[in-house]
Parts: sequence; C-alpha cells; structure tokens
Amino acid sequence: MSAIHPDESLAQRMNGLQPGQQPGSRSTPIIPGTSDDGTLSEDPGKRAPCVLGDRSFEDVTNIVCGYAEAKMPKPWLAALTISSSIAALGTGMILYLIITGVGVWGLNNQVDWAWDITNFVFWIGIGHAGTLISAILCLLKQNWRTAVNRSAEAMTIFAVVCAGIFPGIHIGRVWFAWFLAPLPNSNGIWPNFRSPLLWDVFAVSTYATVSLLFWYMGMIPDLATLRDRAYMRLTKGISRPMAIPMPIGNDLVVPQLPKPDQLRVLIYGIMSLGWRFSSRHWHRYEKAYLILAGISTPLVLSVHSIVSFDFATSIIPGWHTTIFPPYFVAGAVFGGFAMVLWLMIPLRMILPNFSDLLTLRHLENMAKILLLTGTMVGFAYGMEFFIAWYSGNNFEFSVFANNRVNPNEAPYWWAYWTMIFCNVATPQLFWFRKMRQNPLVIWIVASFVTVGMWFERFVIIVTSIHRAFLPGEWHMFFPTWVDILTFVGSCGIFMTLFLLFLKFLPVFALSELKVVMPQSHTHDDH
Amino acid sequence: MNKNDLISFAADYFPMFLRKPAPKYVSEAGNRVHGIVAEFNETPKVFHAAEMVRDAGYSNWDVHSPFPIHDIETAMGFKPTKLPMMAGAAAITGVSIGALLQWGTSYFLYPMVVQGKPYEAWEPFVPIMFELGILLTAFMCIFGMLALNGLPRFHHPLFSHDRFYKVSDDRFIICIESNDPKFDPSATRALLEKAGGKEIALIEDED
Repeated sequence: MSAIHPDESLAQRMNGLQPGQQPGSRSTPIIPGTSDDGTLSEDPGKRAPCVLGDRSFEDVTNIVCGYAEAKMPKPWLAALTISSSIAALGTGMILYLIITGVGVWGLNNQVDWAWDITNFVFWIGIGHAGTLISAILCLLKQNWRTAVNRSAEAMTIFAVVCAGIFPGIHIGRVWFAWFLAPLPNSNGIWPNFRSPLLWDVFAVSTYATVSLLFWYMGMIPDLATLRDRAYMRLTKGISRPMAIPMPIGNDLVVPQLPKPDQLRVLIYGIMSLGWRFSSRHWHRYEKAYLILAGISTPLVLSVHSIVSFDFATSIIPGWHTTIFPPYFVAGAVFGGFAMVLWLMIPLRMILPNFSDLLTLRHLENMAKILLLTGTMVGFAYGMEFFIAWYSGNNFEFSVFANNRVNPNEAPYWWAYWTMIFCNVATPQLFWFRKMRQNPLVIWIVASFVTVGMWFERFVIIVTSIHRAFLPGEWHMFFPTWVDILTFVGSCGIFMTLFLLFLKFLPVFALSELKVVMPQSHTHDDH
Repeated sequence: MNKNDLISFAADYFPMFLRKPAPKYVSEAGNRVHGIVAEFNETPKVFHAAEMVRDAGYSNWDVHSPFPIHDIETAMGFKPTKLPMMAGAAAITGVSIGALLQWGTSYFLYPMVVQGKPYEAWEPFVPIMFELGILLTAFMCIFGMLALNGLPRFHHPLFSHDRFYKVSDDRFIICIESNDPKFDPSATRALLEKAGGKEIALIEDED
C-alpha cells in the first residue's frame, strides 16, 4: 500500500490527476543477475503473484487507464497510418471483387476454394483463443488469465470480423447473401438446413455475437472507471484541450473543439450504461459472467467443429475424415494463442508498466499451451496419415503421399513441410524451461506458428482439391495479385482495429485484476 | 417491493409520466434524502461493516466496490439471483425455436431430398438447435442481468457525491437508503460510524 496517508493521497489525486500519467515503479520486479521477475518459481506450494511491483489498486487503475488516456503516441500514430492504409487497400480489393466478380481471384474449375476459405478458417481459428481464455480458463479458475483476457477477447472479435469477410464475398453475387438467412420470400425457397455450410453461418454468427457481448459485458465496469476519471478531471478543471497531433511534432491545440475528457464522459458514459459498482449488481454480473463462460465453452468447441464439417461431410479424399473436428479445434487454440503472444510480447516491451501486469509466468503458461496444442496438432497430422494408409483407401492415401508429402510427386510438398516445420517442430523448443521463459524465443515461435497455421489450412484445402479422381481435371492454383492483396488487407483491418482498441479501450480487465491482487481478500490474515 | 417503491422505481425512468411519492426525509436544503454513505479504504473493513449493517436489519442498502468482493452476498445477506433460471428458460426457448424453424421449413414448407435421407430426420438439425440455444442464453444473461440491475440508468443520486467517483478506483462505499424501513438519520449515521466508516455524508436527490 501507499506510504503516505490515504486521505492525503486522495486529495493529491483529486487535484492533480493528469490524464495518461503512469505511476513509477515501486520496486524493480526483476531479480538481479537473472531475467526472472519472481514469478518463475517451480515450487508448487507457492502461488506466483499475478500483479508485480507491490502495486496498489490505484496504481493498477492508473496504469491501465493511462494507456487509454495518454496522448496518441507517435509510434502508435505511425503504426495506425500504415495499418489503416493497408486496410483501405483491402477494402478496395473487396470492392473490386464485388464489382468485377470472383474471376479476379485465381480460382479455376478444379480449385474452387483456395485463399478465400483458407483465410476464413485461419482468422476464425485465431479467434478461438480469446473465448478459450475468457471461458475455459475462467471455469478452471486460472487466475493468470486476467492479464490477457481483455486483449485476447478483443483479438477474437477482430479476427471474426476478418473471417466474416471471406465467406461473405466468395459467394460471387454478394447481394444474394440474404439467402443464407431463413427469411420468407416470394419464391417460397428456404435454406437447406441439412447443409454444414448453413450450420456454419449460424455457428459463426452466434460466435461473433456471443463473443462481442462477452467482451462488452466485461468492459462495462472498466468503461465506468474511465468515465469517472474523466468526469473528475472535468470538475477539477484540469482537463486538457483537444490537440491534433501534427507530423512535424508539435500539437495543434483547438480550444473550440470539445475537450477529450468531455468526449470521454459522453462516450464512455453511454457505453458503461450508468454502472455504479453496486454489490447487488456485481452479484448478478458475476453470475452472468459464469453462465456465459459455461455456455461459451461448448460454443467455442462447436464453432470450429462445424467449420471442419464444411470439409469432413464432403466425399473429397483428404477432407472426408472423422478426425477433423478435434483436430481443427486444437489447431484453432494453437493458432489463437500464437497470435495473442505475437501481439502481447512487443506491447510488453513498449508500454510502461505492462510487464508488471503481464508477467513472465503468464508468457510461460501460454508457451506451455502452445506446446500442448502444437503436439496435439502434430499427433493429428500423424494419425491422419496413418489412417489414410491403414484404411486401405487408395484415393485417401494418394492425397497424402502424392499431393502433400512426397517432393517428387507433390507440387505442393513445400507447403506441407512448411506446415510440419512451423507447427510441429518449432513448439518443441518449449520442452526447455529456458526457451519458454524467454519472451524473444516465444515471439519467434509464435510467428512461425502463425505462418504454419495459415499453411495448414492451405494444405488441407488446396492440396486436397487440386487433383480430383480424374487426372484430366488436375489443375494447380496460382493466386492473383487480388488474392494476395485481399489477404494482406485483412491483416491491415485486423491490426487497425487492434490498434484502435489499444488506444481507446481498457486493455486489461481492471476489476478482474483487482480481484486477483492480495488486497482484495476479505480477511486480514492472508 | 411495495407500492411506493414501485412508483418511485418507475418515476426514476419515466419522470415525465410519474411523480415520486412524498419523501420521508428532507434535507436542510429542501431536497429529498437518498441516503447516508460511509467510505472505507480496505476490503476486510468494508466486509465487516457490511456484516454489521446486515445484522442491524437493514434491507435497502448497498456496498459499492471497485471489484466484486468475494462472498459479499453472505456479508450483505441477500438472496442469490434468479438469473440462472432465466438463462435456462432462454436456452430451452432457443433450442425449441431452432427445432421448429428447421423442422417446419424442411418438412412442411420446402421439403428437399438431400442424399436420400428422410425428411423428418432430426440429426442434421442438432447444430443449429444448439447454436440458437446458446445465442438466446447469452442474450438472457446479459440483457437479463442489466434489466435486473435496472441498467442502463444514467442518472443516480450517488453520482452527485464527489467522493463516489473514487469507488471505480480503490474506495468502498456503503450507502443506506432513506426508504429503508429501519432508516433513522441519527441511528444510521451512528451505526456507520461504529462500523468504521469515514467521510459519512448525506446524499440528496436533487430532482
């Protein structure tokens, strides 16, 4: 706790609370001579702290709200400029596709699903980590999830946004997309409810809705904190005027515009729905959170299972296997965690005090999940191959041997072996404690895994269908520039949304972080 | 909830249609009294204070805390919420809608032969029944929770108290409302003082 008297500190804060101020570190968490921040103990009787640096509640509030209240940092503006330009390029590609037709992609008669569905499955898979962290780890009472759950849930939403684009535009005539919904129409036509493609529509839209609600519900109290802080600054008369950042460095102050704090009070005020931190409200809130976690757990498992049904219920060799649902779910969690780590590790280095909330222990735990799910994915690859041989189905075996594995036969052998190297080989580094405790190594492995998981979907989709039963139908797939730029554009959309989230919303779940701090215990003795 | 409480509750949301019943207590400035607040700065202290207020027999009161305090429902002595039952009802509704929608359209309105399977087969309908069940449960959880909490409500007498804004950071506030049957201006204040509350203040409803 703070050394000065609480009332004194309150008076100080109420008079001099500047937006975006970060509290100084109380004690350096890193143990001298090591890279250990005190959370890497292997003693099972000792619980690693979730928040480091002897932080008080007030410090945690100041740290997390500080990110949302600080002036737009220059590197952030630069990153936003680049990513939003890429997003605009992607939007242009989508418009070009809609205006011209799906012929602008490299699809042909044989390979009629390629990068579009690869990107869809890639993004929807990335989305799974957020719900896994917020739902399954919540049910398992894994307190360390509080450090990453908000950003992982945000990442989920943005990944689902990117995923939703591709099935939406790959149907060709986008203006007929409403046929996917069971709407009464004058033709008397109804969708085919026996098709996994329609299940997918329901699964993905339910998943997007539930994830969005879950994320928003979790943010209501934290938005109320931002609202209250902005209101206090306004009533004390210490709000800054609106300043527009200029490229040459100085800010252009425009006192005629509303102050940022006025906008915060209005926008955060509306979004926080008048939350007033009442215990009776918290009680229902926690119950709702628990039920949502309980229903999101089967939901997250069902969504990628249903995505895999798109393939598994067809009769194409390479797709028609019962291992697909669990294999897809494990792959989704794997790819999602890799993306969480890939985004969080740089932020941990850039943003002040971030490493007190996201400790090495958190990274190590996530690295262990990468190792576990990577090994599950590796087992699935092996089992799939084994069953292709053991089933005695020549077509199935031929897909594996001649379309994927054998460099002499398969034109896509490099894609298959990239996938194996990135997804199965690189996470094995995490068997070594030194490796899974080193953020740089984790980040590099996470990059490999992200690439590998894209290739996994490419291998599943394109290598299976580019050679069908008749050799006369065999065709290679070559992406056009529109294919490539649409995928790059979707990465831009994802990064733009994530950067906006970082700047304007609470990046950590404040109220949940406070619960896992020792000061929240109701009895003095522990 | 008696009749006056009901009218008062409705008047918070629709002040243009309903007038609040005459207040039991009026402040020196002539405003309606909302209640008395006391401030605490540590979790164990507010927890014990809540137990004392509960034992004194109050019913219309609340603890405002920056995070959900573990086991506060015991310390405050209120009944568990009905939300799980409501969510269960929503789940059953969602599954039924899914079943009726698919069976009705695929069997009656637009029967289609798909791989020679019987029209009435229920197995392919399971995924969408499941998804709709989840969807409605999630809606009920969140919107039901907000409705039971009486949110959104953008104005509340507590927001007129300057120190209340620190609750979202690291303060704890107990508020005993004036419409509580046991509320008494001096006795309630004395109870909060005895419970260790600081910065005890009267909250006025400035409507």
